[in-house]
Amino acid sequence: MSKDGSVGFLTTRLEDFINWGRKNALWPLPFGTSCCGIEMMASLCSDYDMSRFGAEVVRFSPRQSDLLIVAGIINLKMAPVLKTVYDQMSDPKFVMSFGACASSGGIFNVYSVLQGIDTMIPVDVYVPGCPPAPEGVIHALLRLQEMVAKGETHSQRKLASLKHKTGN
Amino acid sequence: MDVRQPISANGGDWLTKFGDQWKTQTTQIKEKFRDKIEEICLPPDYPTDVPILFVKKEGILEVLNFLKSEPGFEYGFLADITATDEEEEPRFHVVYNLFSQVHKCRIRLKVRVRDGELVPSATAVWKGADWAEREVYDMFGIKFEGHPDLRRILMDNRWVGHPLRKDYPLRGYQVFTEPMPVDPDLLA
Repeated sequence: MSKDGSVGFLTTRLEDFINWGRKNALWPLPFGTSCCGIEMMASLCSDYDMSRFGAEVVRFSPRQSDLLIVAGIINLKMAPVLKTVYDQMSDPKFVMSFGACASSGGIFNVYSVLQGIDTMIPVDVYVPGCPPAPEGVIHALLRLQEMVAKGETHSQRKLASLKHKTGN
Repeated sequence: MDVRQPISANGGDWLTKFGDQWKTQTTQIKEKFRDKIEEICLPPDYPTDVPILFVKKEGILEVLNFLKSEPGFEYGFLADITATDEEEEPRFHVVYNLFSQVHKCRIRLKVRVRDGELVPSATAVWKGADWAEREVYDMFGIKFEGHPDLRRILMDNRWVGHPLRKDYPLRGYQVFTEPMPVDPDLLA
């Protein structure tokens, strides 16, 4: 309804409308394992304030969140934990690979470190840097929002292909 | 730069501070454990920051016990147990770093061990040696005799090999996607 009381309306596809809601209310799960975690906290705090983009409700339970921010080095012993947390999140879920270690193993090309979390779980957006600046994180978040709105993320594509197969 | 030059320690010159003390201590140990000490390396003749005693495997517990409680020594604090892979026979050095809170000085003990040989566990002297020895076992595969619970501590239970051995490949990744199974001994 408009300000003057006349009835206005908006036409859209239901799917786009839901995605619009999703993109503006991402609930991140902070998987901060090292120094990148500190930088993630900085981007969540008042100076940079990720809540301006609707992503401030940080949840520490995978059941309640839809954006997995992997901030830091993932050791091989941690890798099954990350996989379990990812599996526990409900669809559609999005993954941000935060910093050099999470994206590629970084400088740690040794026996004990997972060489990029994309060898284990699908990643939607990568943030380069060691650690990345908060501006980079916000840039990645905005990019992720674009992808969510268009339905381009791994999880949304998987769901779409499932729908296509089952005919619903 | 010669890497074998003496390492200058933090917090002043240790040699002027502790040089005489180290000398008297090592001569005392040498007299008491004549047949158990293999070699004594003292700074500045040997490039090291603290004295190193090479002890025979059979005598290590006795020497540790002596250093812990004997007046004038009182190395009551076991700072660390670690090991090195020397790629020669005997293959490993097990290293004990001790610190005396009474005299504020340090000493280092080393035991030469062949691959597969058992070392007496220092848990009989310090309970805190438990996890340090587990780490040495995990990283080098050196087994300790009389250790209460010798399991891996850092690596996954399903890991094959010991990563800090020189013959372990640097990029010998072993990726597990399933969570680590709980040790059946812990459930029993």
